[in-house]
Amino acid sequence: MNNHSENFEEHVHRDDFGAKMGMWLFLFTELLLFGGLFLLYMAYRLQYSHEFHIAARELNIGIGTFNTIILLTSSMTMALSITAMRLERKTLSLFLLASTILLAFGFLVNKFFEWSAKFGHGLYPGSDVLLDKPRGEYLFYGMYYAMTGLHAIHVIVGMIILTFMFVFISRNSITSTNYIKLENSGLYWHLVDLIWIFLFPLFYLMR
Amino acid sequence: MTNEHSEKEHIIGYGTYVLIWLVLIGLTVTTVSISGINLGNIALAVALLIAALKSAFVINIFMHIKFEDKIFKVFIAVALMTLLSVFVLTAFDVFFR
Repeated sequence: MNNHSENFEEHVHRDDFGAKMGMWLFLFTELLLFGGLFLLYMAYRLQYSHEFHIAARELNIGIGTFNTIILLTSSMTMALSITAMRLERKTLSLFLLASTILLAFGFLVNKFFEWSAKFGHGLYPGSDVLLDKPRGEYLFYGMYYAMTGLHAIHVIVGMIILTFMFVFISRNSITSTNYIKLENSGLYWHLVDLIWIFLFPLFYLMR
Repeated sequence: MTNEHSEKEHIIGYGTYVLIWLVLIGLTVTTVSISGINLGNIALAVALLIAALKSAFVINIFMHIKFEDKIFKVFIAVALMTLLSVFVLTAFDVFFR
């Protein structure tokens, strides 16, 4: 069985190295996308240091920390899922992948409650409450919504990609010898985690 | 060339991932606790240093870069250095304008 599939693979062109390289090149474009926003954040923060600190006090450190732990855990389950796949533990791999998707959903649920509370206090882009605040505080919330919002979109996209991977594994189109799709999805998911690692101290931990 | 192949086969065990996860959680708790102390001007530097350390763990172990070909490491180093220099140059521009 194994021998047969290996022979088969010799005829089908497959370049896992190239696929992984392509994924990393894509991740660099993501770095540019978020890098630009981080750059703008830095420039505004240097200009409006005092207002940024005052505005950041409104953010909930508890939810921020909780979401950080959720994402770190999901990154671990993702990595474990790939190891399980490579060790031919299909069921375990599926379970770990499902856990990753579930944790991602948990992150979004927290985000929903966090943003709802902010909206409830009239803190949303263009609101009267924010427009009355000093320019620096207004800009802080602008950056907060733009950056965590773009990040949340990435979480949603990640969940969709991982759901596809779940289907691929159950249909055996991802196997212990052909798992590059799962590996590249994992790279995307870790990038989402990496971005949050920087968003968290820059927005929540300014006291 | 044969070297390339043997590195590809490297599988990181479950235990290593759990250990790295514990380290990452530990660093998160550390950075949150430190933010409660008034460190003044170096508070941001400390927070970013911890974030960079966490990223190094994620990139090297979770993203498997420690065990990949050298070309990946070179690419990532060039990308990060470029990003860093843009940040430093912009910071100088904003600061001394």
